[in-house]
Amino acid sequence: MSVEQGVFIVLSAITLIGAWIVISNRNLYRAALGMVLSFFGVAGLYALLNAGFLAVAQVLIYIGAISILIIFAIMLTRKIMDREAVQSNNQWVISALVALALFGVIGYTLAFRVADSWAVSDAGLPSEAVAALGEALVTTYALPFEVASVLLLVALVGAIVIAREK
Amino acid sequence: MNILDDLFINIGQWWTNLLSETLSLQDGVVTVINGLIGGLILALLGVVMVLALTYMERKVFSRLQDRIGPNRWGPLGIFQAVCDAIKMLTKEDIVPDKADKLLFNLAPILMVIPAVLLYAALPFGRGMVGSNLSVGVLYVVGIGSLTGIAVMTAGWSSNNKYGLLGAFRVVAQLVSYEIPMVLSMASVVLLTGSMSLVDIVEKQTIPNFVLMPVAFFIYTTAAMAELGRSPFDLLEADSEIVAGYFIEYSGMKFALFFLAEYINLFAVAGLITTMFLGGWQWPILPGWLWFFIKTFVVIFFFIWMRGSWPRFRIDHMLNFAWKFLVPLALANIMVVALVDKLLQDTGEAVRAAALLSSNILLIIITLAVVAWAGRRSRNVKLEAIVGAR
Repeated sequence: MSVEQGVFIVLSAITLIGAWIVISNRNLYRAALGMVLSFFGVAGLYALLNAGFLAVAQVLIYIGAISILIIFAIMLTRKIMDREAVQSNNQWVISALVALALFGVIGYTLAFRVADSWAVSDAGLPSEAVAALGEALVTTYALPFEVASVLLLVALVGAIVIAREK
Repeated sequence: MNILDDLFINIGQWWTNLLSETLSLQDGVVTVINGLIGGLILALLGVVMVLALTYMERKVFSRLQDRIGPNRWGPLGIFQAVCDAIKMLTKEDIVPDKADKLLFNLAPILMVIPAVLLYAALPFGRGMVGSNLSVGVLYVVGIGSLTGIAVMTAGWSSNNKYGLLGAFRVVAQLVSYEIPMVLSMASVVLLTGSMSLVDIVEKQTIPNFVLMPVAFFIYTTAAMAELGRSPFDLLEADSEIVAGYFIEYSGMKFALFFLAEYINLFAVAGLITTMFLGGWQWPILPGWLWFFIKTFVVIFFFIWMRGSWPRFRIDHMLNFAWKFLVPLALANIMVVALVDKLLQDTGEAVRAAALLSSNILLIIITLAVVAWAGRRSRNVKLEAIVGAR
């Protein structure tokens, strides 16, 4: 077993333990912190794959922004801070079925379809991944990038319009 | 001079040679050992800096208030920090009855970790950096945003309404000031063409604060707010919410919050040095000495600001971020991008002059707009008073 594999197992364990805390903990605040732990594991996996930019962006956006937003939403919602919050609602049967089906599809694809044919690139790692990414965003993928920016801007303005006092 | 300049690098080289040749260890083992030792040194540097900074803060602050400050133990009271540390260690550790005990104990640790992690990317001298990350600037921002979670955990798990109020203020303040901070960092990255902090230092033949005084001002202001230092210390405003998020903490756990605050202070001052003051670049003295001198000048400035300004009101603080710093930062990034791109092929002197003059123009326009807005709001208020009579 190489060092990378050992690190991979540790990081995967961190991710999975975090995910388990999210779904099993009755205390919503602790569940949110479990999610932070899980995101950290994923960031570590990115770093392991030499994708430094993705790792840092994961920390910045998912932990620094989204998790804080979720924690804030939890704090501002009444009665949800109780230590004994109910974990499921009456749609749990349907969601369990959907999750099971999704798991089945992914498991089937991984086990029988692509098991022996993972495409592996021979090309070496780019030395300046960040510069290449930035250039791709303003040349090849300029349109999707701009559309995403406009979408976010609309969401921003919409949130302000909805929340503003009349 | 060269011997002094490369002093620490030579020590490191000697140590690596000792491990790999005299003890004939494998390369992988040597890397792991060196990594662990480097991490330990950086973490300890933070803690040692706290001792120096608390003394400096108390001494400078009392001079600003026309007091003498610590003067009991040691010459000029320099051992005061040791007394404080012993006092903290021997204090009773109180946990509130209805606190979430696990998170209550976890929060101080979560607070210190990101502060120490910042040191990994700081270039202390030529070749003296924990890890030369190609995404250094982004790393610093990402790590900095973790503090918010720790503070909210502390505020929430204490089960105290003032703690929770402090946590709410943290979100409002840290998230708001992160935006102008990142935008002003982006202008530095734009000018350098690299996100690595080492590259940023090496390319500053003229320090960035001369080229981009606007970005320097925005970053310094936002950094002060991110650190939660006066005049932006609303998250722990003693007179309003009695210390805010760490109200219930005592003893060593309180000391950890204190520690994190000063570790952060040094790291952020070091970042300002790195990005705007030319880092370790300067003639005559060795580079690492210049880094520390510049960093301590920045810290002195922070203490000076704390002694000179009253605390902001919360709406003023948020308005200042969203209605002044963010538009200014956006304008600044446009100006830097335009000037840098238009004068791409001209000499460095022309480009520097153009950047500086465009920045001065931006400052003049900003001051004019602010003066106009201020006059208008005063007139509206005046008319309301006159109309009421």
